[in-house]
Amino acid sequence: MNPTNYLVLSVILFSIGAAGVLVRRNALVAFMSVELMLNAANLAFVTFARMHGNLDGQIVAFFVMVVAAAEVVVGLAIIVTIFRTRRSASVDDASLLKL
Amino acid sequence: MGEAALFWIMAPIAVLGALGLVLSRKAVHGALSLAVTMISLALFYIAQEAAFLGVVQIVVYTGAIMMLFLFVIMLVGVDSSDSRVETIRNQRAAATLAVLGVIVLLTAVTVRATLPEEPAGLTQATPDGNVAAIADLIFGTYVWAFEVVAALLITAAVGAMTLTHRERIFNRPTQKELSIKRFSEGAPGDAAGLPVPGVYARHNAVDTPALLPDGTPSEASINRVLVARGAARSTEEFRHRPTPADIEAGATETRSSVEGEGRLASDADEPAAGDDDTTGGERA
Repeated sequence: MNPTNYLVLSVILFSIGAAGVLVRRNALVAFMSVELMLNAANLAFVTFARMHGNLDGQIVAFFVMVVAAAEVVVGLAIIVTIFRTRRSASVDDASLLKL
Repeated sequence: MGEAALFWIMAPIAVLGALGLVLSRKAVHGALSLAVTMISLALFYIAQEAAFLGVVQIVVYTGAIMMLFLFVIMLVGVDSSDSRVETIRNQRAAATLAVLGVIVLLTAVTVRATLPEEPAGLTQATPDGNVAAIADLIFGTYVWAFEVVAALLITAAVGAMTLTHRERIFNRPTQKELSIKRFSEGAPGDAAGLPVPGVYARHNAVDTPALLPDGTPSEASINRVLVARGAARSTEEFRHRPTPADIEAGATETRSSVEGEGRLASDADEPAAGDDDTTGGERA
């Protein structure tokens, strides 16, 4: 099977994730859309690694996963903190610098 | 052939999951659809000779990260759904248009690029198997990046704890203080504690108000969180109304027949009846 199919799937998933970030205002859903974009990029990395017979792509995908885990931990902590002060998980409500 | 079948079955599922994330109104449904997408991505990794990454994808993403998301969704409120009002006018239409543009652009680039028709495969790069080759790279070429990422993970964990930590300003009231407060402030009738939900009612679930001895349901017996969420059953449903049969039995027949009826009703509820004490304990 032509590996370009995987690339096109990765493009589609990435774009859907971007749409989620643009359209949704629930901070959690926007955040999950960012995760979807990272995953789509990972699929492209793995596909390229196999396409070129070079394992470096898989290593980069692995590091992306680790960084995504760290990002999720901090991001969710921020969302919980904002929810405590604002009683809302909407990104529109966190419009003031002072919380 | 097998890979093509896997791709054409799982790719639509992955796209549907992604669309479910963006289109579902409730965050929980979105999280579950994202989990579906991530599992299908793990299958794609395994199909593309990345067995280690496929397993990591399932363990780290669907196992740890999605569970973290679900926990936070539970904390923030399961039914927190978006409002449909657009803050910026035509934002949704513009976003959809832009995203379609990105899809067309990137697809055109990937399809028209001169890429090898058949993948080179990783058999040469991984003579001792996928995991051994990845270990070679991580602890060889990329060992510095690996250490930095480890430091990043620790920093993130400490940062999350710092962000969510809250100092307690007042001392937690002790049981004695609570008891004194109950006697001095509350009605004397509440001094022994509030009525337990479900007592004498036809259910003993926590969302069911207790029936007081005079047959009226007690609002004080339901947890106020349940009331605020609208999850409590209406007290009206359980108000004791004498049925015509009751009145007839009370007027004409002997007391024993009424008791027989009551026993029948309690028999029906028997499996749940043993939980009375635990329900009360949880609420207290």
